[in-house]
Amino acid sequence: MPSHTITLSDGQSYRCPDSESLLRGMETLGKKGIPVGCRNGGCGVCMVHVLEGTYVARAMSREHVSEQDEAAGRVLACRVRPGSDMQLCVIGKMKKSVCRAVEPSDVPPHST
Amino acid sequence: MAITGVLRPGHAQLRVLDMDESVKFYTDVMGLVETGRDASGRVYFKTRAERDHNSIVLRQADRAGLDFIGYKVLNQATLEDLDSKLKAYGVVTERMPAGDLLETGERVRFQIPTGHTIELFAEKTDVGNGMTYNDPEVDVIDGKGIRPIRMDHALLYGGDIDGARKLFEEVLGFNLVERVKLEDGATDLAIWLTCSTKAHDLAMVRHSEDGKLHHVAFQLASWEQVLRAADIMSINRVSIDIGPTRHGITQGTTIYFFDPSGNRLETFCGGYDHYPDNHPITWSWEHVGRGIFYHDRKLNEAFLSVLT
Repeated sequence: MPSHTITLSDGQSYRCPDSESLLRGMETLGKKGIPVGCRNGGCGVCMVHVLEGTYVARAMSREHVSEQDEAAGRVLACRVRPGSDMQLCVIGKMKKSVCRAVEPSDVPPHST
Repeated sequence: MAITGVLRPGHAQLRVLDMDESVKFYTDVMGLVETGRDASGRVYFKTRAERDHNSIVLRQADRAGLDFIGYKVLNQATLEDLDSKLKAYGVVTERMPAGDLLETGERVRFQIPTGHTIELFAEKTDVGNGMTYNDPEVDVIDGKGIRPIRMDHALLYGGDIDGARKLFEEVLGFNLVERVKLEDGATDLAIWLTCSTKAHDLAMVRHSEDGKLHHVAFQLASWEQVLRAADIMSINRVSIDIGPTRHGITQGTTIYFFDPSGNRLETFCGGYDHYPDNHPITWSWEHVGRGIFYHDRKLNEAFLSVLT
């Protein structure tokens, strides 16, 4: 089962199989960095901005991920499986401050 | 006081992101019985032990959350009476026609000050629980899934929980069972209300956004059944939030977990009986952790932040 290296903006990285979501991959290894919420695309707290890499995404609540977000790679880590090595910036609400400096200025306010 | 007005939570309509996946979850993992589908694509479920046609209704949508929760009232006269009382109180009510929800009579729908949509209804077809009304057997928990006894209560998040409490108490006859105070010792962070002798039929937490769902709960018969539910969740790789553990508030045993769209559910057992002459229990801010999660004795971030 192929796995890929996922690197967060704080420099941490972990290996995630392509059969697991980015969030489950992180949790399974006891890693932290992306806030963990419902894990099923509903609550929006695990939002990440994909800076590099390919992925497959499942349906995510439009309450938190607009079509523009999705097109711009702002997605929920719980609904995304990696297709290659990836670089992520965490923008989810419970850890909003992690990388505010590089957060795109056009990110709409997300509610949880 | 006999229970003569609002009886119990009767139905909750949840929004799901993928209907096929959700039907499989509510059937195979929760062990609910699918009882129908309507023209708009909604899918209806009940627990095996519930007699009324449906208690959980799923609607496919692009966002998760709760559409509405409906409380069953004693009869049509009670429904009319409560509708009049709501209007007299200044609440705008709307009549949803009989049959709009399958096998369900006319519903009185209104918004509470926290932005949630609440319904009252008197009629829902008794399709039975597999036992007869004459000389029944015992319903043994067997077969696949968790198989809860009933949809038991919900916890809603919103701004004006004081206004909501006043409405539930003064118009609908609910009683305050427990409350958690904020740091100021005066403001309620959370309230637990009952319309029956259950420790809660509805709970509310003060929150910056209106209309949010924290969880819909299902009752189980024992702590052993809660542990069995946890095993079933792991077998099915269900996303568990916390538990099995116990709440200090209501004293119920619990697991919080999520449906495939991220709606939080609870499998819940226990809780004490509440009668209208009992004084409400008050929890101070310093003890809120133990109140919510009795064994961990601390609030987790998800309890206050993860909602649909």
